[in-house]
Amino acid sequence: MDTTQGGPVMVDDSLTLPQASDAGPRIDCRNIKVFYGEAQAIHDVSISFPDRAVTSLIGPSGCGKSTFLRCLNRMNDTIENCRVEGEILMDGENINDADIDPVLLRSRVGMVFQKPNPFPKSIYDNIAYGPRIHGLANGREDLDAIVEKSLRRAGLWDEVKDRLMAPGTSLSGGQQQRLCIARAIAVQPEVILMDEPCSALDPIATARIEELIDDLRSRYCIVIVTHSMQQAARVSQRTAFFHLGHIVELGETNQIFTNPREKRTEDYITGRYG
Amino acid sequence: MTDTARPSTPATAAAKHLKRRRAADGRFRYYGLSAILVALGALAILVLTIGSQALSAATYNVVRYDITLDPAVIAPDGATRPEDISRNVEGFYSLVRDNLLATFPEAQADRESRRELSDFATRLAVLPTARMVARNPELVGGAITLTAPLNDDLDLYLKGQGVRERKVKAGTVSVGQAGEDGLYALTGAGAFDPLLAALVVATDDLADDASAPGVLLTAGVSTGRLTNITSASARLELLTGQAQDFANARPVARIIVSPEAERTVSDHQIAWTLALKAMGRVDRVLRTTLLTNSDSTYPELAGGLSAIVGSLLTMLVTALVAMPIGILAAVYLEEFAPRNRITEFIEVNINNLAAVPSIVFGLLGAALYINFLGMPRSAPLVGGLVLALMTFPVVIIASRAALKAVPPSVRSGALAVGASQMQTVFHHVVPLAAPGMLTGAILGMARALGETAPLLLIGMVAFVGDVPKGPMDESTVMPVLIFSWSNNAERAWEPLTAALIVILLAFLLLMNGLVVFLRRKYERRW
Amino acid sequence: MLQQLGQLPMGWLLIALIAVFGSAAFFMGRVRAESLLVATNVRMHSRPNYHGYYVAMWTTVPIILIAIAYGIFAEDLTRSQLTRELPSSFDQLSQAELRSYLESVRLAAGTAASAGADRVFQAITNRYLELRGMVNAATLGLLGLLAAAGIFWAQNRLKPDFRARALVESGMELVLFLCAGVAIATTAGIVLSLLYESLQFFQKVSAWDFLTGTRWNAQTEAEFGALPLFFGTFMIALIAMLVAAPIGLFSAIFLSEYASPRARAWIKPILEILAGIPTVVYGFFALLVVAPAIRSAAIWVNETVIQLGLASEPILAAQPTSALAAGLVMGIMVIPFVSSLSDDVINAVPQTLRDAAYALGATKSETVKQVVVPAALPGIIAALLLAVSRAIGETMIVVMAAGKSARISMDPTSDLTTITVQIVSLMTGETGFDDPKTLSAFALGLVLFIVTLAFNVVALRVVKKYREKYD
Repeated sequence: MDTTQGGPVMVDDSLTLPQASDAGPRIDCRNIKVFYGEAQAIHDVSISFPDRAVTSLIGPSGCGKSTFLRCLNRMNDTIENCRVEGEILMDGENINDADIDPVLLRSRVGMVFQKPNPFPKSIYDNIAYGPRIHGLANGREDLDAIVEKSLRRAGLWDEVKDRLMAPGTSLSGGQQQRLCIARAIAVQPEVILMDEPCSALDPIATARIEELIDDLRSRYCIVIVTHSMQQAARVSQRTAFFHLGHIVELGETNQIFTNPREKRTEDYITGRYG
Repeated sequence: MTDTARPSTPATAAAKHLKRRRAADGRFRYYGLSAILVALGALAILVLTIGSQALSAATYNVVRYDITLDPAVIAPDGATRPEDISRNVEGFYSLVRDNLLATFPEAQADRESRRELSDFATRLAVLPTARMVARNPELVGGAITLTAPLNDDLDLYLKGQGVRERKVKAGTVSVGQAGEDGLYALTGAGAFDPLLAALVVATDDLADDASAPGVLLTAGVSTGRLTNITSASARLELLTGQAQDFANARPVARIIVSPEAERTVSDHQIAWTLALKAMGRVDRVLRTTLLTNSDSTYPELAGGLSAIVGSLLTMLVTALVAMPIGILAAVYLEEFAPRNRITEFIEVNINNLAAVPSIVFGLLGAALYINFLGMPRSAPLVGGLVLALMTFPVVIIASRAALKAVPPSVRSGALAVGASQMQTVFHHVVPLAAPGMLTGAILGMARALGETAPLLLIGMVAFVGDVPKGPMDESTVMPVLIFSWSNNAERAWEPLTAALIVILLAFLLLMNGLVVFLRRKYERRW
Repeated sequence: MLQQLGQLPMGWLLIALIAVFGSAAFFMGRVRAESLLVATNVRMHSRPNYHGYYVAMWTTVPIILIAIAYGIFAEDLTRSQLTRELPSSFDQLSQAELRSYLESVRLAAGTAASAGADRVFQAITNRYLELRGMVNAATLGLLGLLAAAGIFWAQNRLKPDFRARALVESGMELVLFLCAGVAIATTAGIVLSLLYESLQFFQKVSAWDFLTGTRWNAQTEAEFGALPLFFGTFMIALIAMLVAAPIGLFSAIFLSEYASPRARAWIKPILEILAGIPTVVYGFFALLVVAPAIRSAAIWVNETVIQLGLASEPILAAQPTSALAAGLVMGIMVIPFVSSLSDDVINAVPQTLRDAAYALGATKSETVKQVVVPAALPGIIAALLLAVSRAIGETMIVVMAAGKSARISMDPTSDLTTITVQIVSLMTGETGFDDPKTLSAFALGLVLFIVTLAFNVVALRVVKKYREKYD
């Protein structure tokens, strides 16, 4: 049971929550339900995400892990007839409250998508876009500094510093995805969501992104949806297994992969279905 | 942004701008909404103005004349053959004129009055009756009721469109004897107060230098012009009827703002029209002649029949040429064409042809068909061929889309049982794509039906009084007739043009409705 | 005898003959193939029907060609021979007079009701009929001969292993190809006819004077400086685009980004009605409603300005037909051309780009303005170019509402004329094709064609590139 800082309490007692990092939970979700029209995609999911740690969400296709991830920065608002119920607490505030502006929320919760999706603009403008719209930079030099810092942190600076004005789409797939990560951290978020960030990349590019995720762990709360169990094992400290819109099991990554408590988790991990 | 500080500062920084950004967001949405509203509003105004004009032309006023078919007039010198009678427009017309003169004997007085009275019906308006009598010669010598449309300006007057006037009811008056100047004195305490009040309002609207508005006073079949109006008295110049009719009758006064010289109808004509109406000889009836008559120089007789038939003949030619060529070309390009320079060039050509201004096709038609091949001007055949050149790129593009929508599995299925490519295409793919091709072709035809400019250049703008019998006859089409009518100066053409537009739009609506029906019926999701 | 032949309804006769010979050939080929099948008792390459089609093909194609040639040349042939035989008194007639005389001869011959006409006319009509009869007889003879030869030749080629189906199918493919080739023929026809007549025009008026002259008086004084026309066209298209571009673009953005699917399902077809209304209806609307309204507005502005002492005389022309009236209405007409294509390209922008912007915390309008529209920009520009081309080539609205005076004036309430208006007014009179007045219409048409073609080619290329990028 997580009881640090008088914080959230897991509703489901069977899911004991091991402490993977020393920081408290950054996001705490309680009884999340998601509906597409009449169909319910997520059933009563409660989970919390600690700061400065990577939590991975695994599960077979269509189990609702991406849908759940999109709840955390209210990206589901942009989908017609999608409805989210339940509380998602961030710093004690429910982000689903009507008076929370999703625009502001998304400046605190960054996101990286399955397919690299750089804007059809220059590399520089891709990174600078977020700081510009949110008014985070005072003048050109400040903006230059943010761009450089973000690119450095994403491990892309050395590759692109001579061609910042080249279109973002001219980069390779792996570089594009790191550009998207740099773009996300340029807004200085507190949380980064990653929706299968490596599924469109080759193994070498994947390895670089994974290294990057490991680096970023020291500063951010990271939630990553992945298809690959090896990846989950490599990058995350905690893992949640989703199945048919439910969390089947949640625990330390080591434990989930070596000694799953649930039969369904074991079946999935050993490749009986997926 | 340091590593130790919680990155809460950026969010607060962003929050500062949020209000401004949200306001911009709302404004932007509002721009989009207003753009839509402007576009829809323009459409609504267009539909409403044309619709209301057309509605006023949907009915018109006809006058009944009880006449006796005097053989001496109808069949003078024993010209009793049907074709002689039907050609004797002058004879029938003289009966109508005599009837009017008998009704309004005051018009006998001078030439000008006689002319004004004979304007009530045009000569050609008696033609249907003449033809009817020619078919039934036994009517000669008997009495019949001839119905003829009222002159277009008087028709507009009765519909309240030609002349700005204001109606006021006067009080009860008594009528004195006619003075030396022929004017009658009307008296009645306060009888003219409402009229005087209305006159003040009416004069207020006018420019300072305008002449004073005229006032007509009507009681039953009698009408006169009022002058020297005071609260209790006025002088009446009788235009038609009996002065006695005004006594104890609460007559109606009409303030007519525009001076007589600037009007198309005179005070006398208004008086007579009101009298005919009071006699119950004027009926407002549905203007079926719009669909049964051909073009005429008189608006009250004009109809769109010749243009409708001309349009149908033209469309027939267009369909017979553009649809097979367009569909076969699409089949070739989609199913057979090798990817090479020639087919690429053809495709570029088709896309460009679909965007060439229609008037250029008119120039092509004039140069190629009329000048080079020596085809006749103004013929539906030539018009149809010009429109076919315009339409077939549209048919090709739509047909190709329909063929593309047929899944490759159908083709491989047919090829797998040993059908040749030609058999595969014509036995399986084309039947499946047929509804789509057909709807594309109909849409192309609808566009051609509304086309005007190219047809002007090949002489289809000529006045055509007869219904064309074949594709080589001189003819016009609906949009061109709309154009010709809208060029006519008389005010009565405006509603008539709008009515013809409504007929054209009805045809277009029908074709589009057919497309919607076909899509509903044959829509297939693969 | 020849005269009776001359009165034959050749059009119907030829169609009937083609049908008769075609079906006869088909059955003969089929029967022959069936008998081969029975006689040799081997598996034939093609079904008997295809042998029938094969023979029919070889029979009908030559006679269809003959029929087409007859349609094009018979009348000319008869007339030129008749002209040669005419008495010398006809030499004084001009080309046009001679043509109309021969036309009346043709009509009289067709109805055979030349009673009451003078003897010369009657004699010429009879001779016309005789000549026509000769042409008809020759055509029919040739046709019969060719049909028989076709049947005979094709019949003899039929054998069990004869690949009739393959040959018939390649014949059909040729027909299909020719249908597609009509597109090239049409373009070639446009280019050639415009070029041919324009070159004749430029022999009489120099191309430089035409393109740069500022005085246009084609109807009377024969001054052919087309600059005022180009100016009027440009001005009206500009007004139209000032209306259509913002309204169309914002409509497209609203429909694709903001409207609910329900609203979209209603609004989009209603907007497209605007594109389906015939332009003559817009012209009538402009003439009836918009032009008078603009005129009164302009008069009001004039009076107000004078009253306020800002000017001593009217500043606007306030004419009954005006560039502004035509431009505004044309703008309304063009809206769906902008909105429809823009809507398509905006919808083609991948959702992932929108997601990326939203995930960074962009508002909806920021996403649209800074990500979606820039990404869709090539397509939007193409839509605008197509709309401009549409506006330049539009005829009826300007003919009815823009006026006819060729002048260069920045005042939108004055009447301006355009290329298309002048083409219509030059071509609707009864003039011969050798008149510079008529020829100048073709020169204007050439300019119009080149300009709109340039816009279209660029726009279509941009759209194609754009599609490749996101497909």
